[in-house]
Amino acid sequence: MAGGKLVEMTDITKRFPGVVANSCVCFDLVPGEIHALLGENGAGKSTLMSILSGEYKPDEGSVSVEGVEARFHSPQDAIKLGIGMVHQHFMLVRAHTVMENIMLGLAGTPFFMDRKKLEAKIMETAVQYDMKVDPGAYIWQLSVGEQQRVEILKALIRNTRILILDEPTAVLTPKESETLFTTLRRFREEGRTAIFISHKLDEVMAISDRITILRSGKNAGTIRRDETDEKDLAGRMVGKDSLFEVKKSEKQSGGEILKFNDVHANNDRGIEALKGITLSLREGEILGIAGVAGNGQKELAECLFGLRKIKTGTVSFNNKDITGFNPRKIREAGISYIPEDRIATGLVSSLDFPDNLILNSYFKLPVSKGPFLNFKYIKEWTKKTIEDYDIKVGKIKNPVGLLSGGNLQKLILAREFADNPKVVIAASPSRGLDIGATNNARKLLVEQRDRGAGVILISEDLEEIFQISDRIAVMYEGKIMGILDAKDADREKIGLLMGGIKLGQEADI
Amino acid sequence: MKISIEKRVEPSPLTPYLSPLVSLALALIVCAVIFKAAGANPFKAYREMFMGAFGSDFAIEATLIKATPLILCGLGVAAAFRMQLWNIGAEGQLYVGAIAASWVALNYGFNQPLISLGLMFLAAALAGGIWGMIPGILKAFRGSNEVITTLMMNYIAIFLTSYLVYGPWKDPTGYSVPMTALFNRNSWLPKIFDTSVHGGIIIALILVVLSWILFYKTRWGYEIRVSGANEKAAAYSGMNAAKNIILVMFFSGALAGIAGMSETAGIQHRLQQGLSPGYGYTAIIVAWLARLHPAAVVVSAILFGGLLVGGDQLQISMSMPVSVSNILQGLILFFVLGGEILFSYKIKIGGKSGHQPCPAAKENA
Repeated sequence: MAGGKLVEMTDITKRFPGVVANSCVCFDLVPGEIHALLGENGAGKSTLMSILSGEYKPDEGSVSVEGVEARFHSPQDAIKLGIGMVHQHFMLVRAHTVMENIMLGLAGTPFFMDRKKLEAKIMETAVQYDMKVDPGAYIWQLSVGEQQRVEILKALIRNTRILILDEPTAVLTPKESETLFTTLRRFREEGRTAIFISHKLDEVMAISDRITILRSGKNAGTIRRDETDEKDLAGRMVGKDSLFEVKKSEKQSGGEILKFNDVHANNDRGIEALKGITLSLREGEILGIAGVAGNGQKELAECLFGLRKIKTGTVSFNNKDITGFNPRKIREAGISYIPEDRIATGLVSSLDFPDNLILNSYFKLPVSKGPFLNFKYIKEWTKKTIEDYDIKVGKIKNPVGLLSGGNLQKLILAREFADNPKVVIAASPSRGLDIGATNNARKLLVEQRDRGAGVILISEDLEEIFQISDRIAVMYEGKIMGILDAKDADREKIGLLMGGIKLGQEADI
Repeated sequence: MKISIEKRVEPSPLTPYLSPLVSLALALIVCAVIFKAAGANPFKAYREMFMGAFGSDFAIEATLIKATPLILCGLGVAAAFRMQLWNIGAEGQLYVGAIAASWVALNYGFNQPLISLGLMFLAAALAGGIWGMIPGILKAFRGSNEVITTLMMNYIAIFLTSYLVYGPWKDPTGYSVPMTALFNRNSWLPKIFDTSVHGGIIIALILVVLSWILFYKTRWGYEIRVSGANEKAAAYSGMNAAKNIILVMFFSGALAGIAGMSETAGIQHRLQQGLSPGYGYTAIIVAWLARLHPAAVVVSAILFGGLLVGGDQLQISMSMPVSVSNILQGLILFFVLGGEILFSYKIKIGGKSGHQPCPAAKENA
């Protein structure tokens, strides 16, 4: 059956503590194809490819290359078979030159390197694939697109037959993406094979021969490009199953409380991540913001909360301009933020429970009196919070880093809801939580809405978005692709918007 | 049998105590090899050192005198380290503190010792604080690496002292010795009872208590603990990072500056060249060994005071070079830093190891 198959991955299962990243996934490659791997974040794409490139060992299942079972002990073994991966986060030494990076770990490099020979080889490969590089340039001088070119060159010079690109276009401008596609097509013309990980439907349709869709760690189908369309792919990508149940009453939302007006902002790399966001939130509604991660959602939350500089545009709260306020002033105005990365931003994992509970109120009465912390009050508050939210803490003096994700999230929610905020912005509030903790987090958000707060729910999990949102906005490449009433929205429409396809009938804001 | 290093799921309650002790023991063992190589009996040498440092009233007094500037500087650097600010400028901050205290003592003859010493104290704290604050400002607003700026400011302070004692502040009656005139008696720190230990240690112990209160009981101390442990969470909470960097560096420098006042007013009673044999640098090790806890700084400073005194004893009785105690200091720091790994990892002997799935991947999944 392996006839003509270049790679066959059979029944791959890979577990990480608390999560099954791949569950019985089958995947195959035929020589000379560009095979797209499509799925939402967390669907298991990167894990599957890390197994193929020898970085992870599968817990179960097998990998064979050209009909021979392959057991990889390290990426070196995969490289020997001609499998190379270009990671989303580049593995380059910034202080070294392009050439030094390429020769790093290159098999057969003698102790004293013949620089001229290698340089010639680099230039030859670069010309062959139409990729402009300067071998003498330092990595830190290069743009992200150029760095990616170096990574690809690195793979090509190692005679890679199977090139895996993990979300290569996420960091590229549209023009750079076109150049990349040209390179990939040339690669294919030579009979070599590429795997292209993406969540962008139009790109997948443009470049691939076959498409495999992963959803929640499972294979949701492998199809030829000419037998599918974007709608079909979107449906497969987001799925239809339901596990969670949260009761939500019908409720009329109130007046506008928060408004983004043509907001522009850069991401950490200095690339524009928000390209003119206009959005308004009403009292007593949950506005879901759907979209694949990395399309500006994180930046949107940070801009609202004063953690990121807004280049142009304004944010107003109760008709008052709050653009450029610092987080403390924004919180004092009545806005609360539940950050996506609980451990990295929302908590201080080496400090204990009370220290974390007071993080956003330590400076005011009654948590502190004058210059001193009010330990009596803090103790009572801690006790009450642990009871009210049913948090399993163990020893109070232990660092909170030891608590489970669900308990940490309860701690954050308890802290953020303590002052009855008027606006809550929650980023992936149930990521990494089990079913019980997830339901609890969603229930608490709905309670805030019922109390009259406006809630912005940023989530990649469409299940979550559909379950508790009153309106749904979809972000794609730093823009709002469309805003739908939850009643009118379905998975297909949202899936298309998430993949960057505009709907015919866009609902008005 | 395989030896593997695994991440700890839960911190061991013993580690904070065990790690410094094991580090000390390892440093002593390695140093014993060096003694042996130098032709000395390590057991005899350690005994000499111990007796020299703690074996008599006189020895204990000498140790406490040396521990005093180490407590003050150790508290200072520990404060900065707590916020991940690597202030290695305590030496320079000590020197400017000494200069400021001397300036008060030499120019204003107060009849009241309390006023005189009080003003010397304030001047030293202010000078040391400013000396620490300058790198803090550069760090907060320009992102300059404080390791380099604090280190460079040490040289400025030390050479400024040399300039003063060779030049404008030189004792006119002191022939060619590079030092200022003796302070008026009112500017001397009194001795405690009839020992040779001066009042500086009382100042140091009071400041230990104040530091502890500041760090564990106040709002500002809370900010420092949060900022040092998680910069992002501090920003999320709305803490002002620049302000805290500058304030902590001021506080850190002020404590070292007070050490300078305590040395000049307590021991030399004048400003002179080489007034510190590197207390500001030794304080870095003191602070690490104490794991930055104010109370533990006292213990670790006394230990290092003893090491300095014991090293002198070794020189006298066994004619070993005084640098032996420097070697030992270095080894202790080396092992203390190495021991940090035990806080987040445990060493497992035997059992399964090898190709475990990378736990870091949990986040992507």
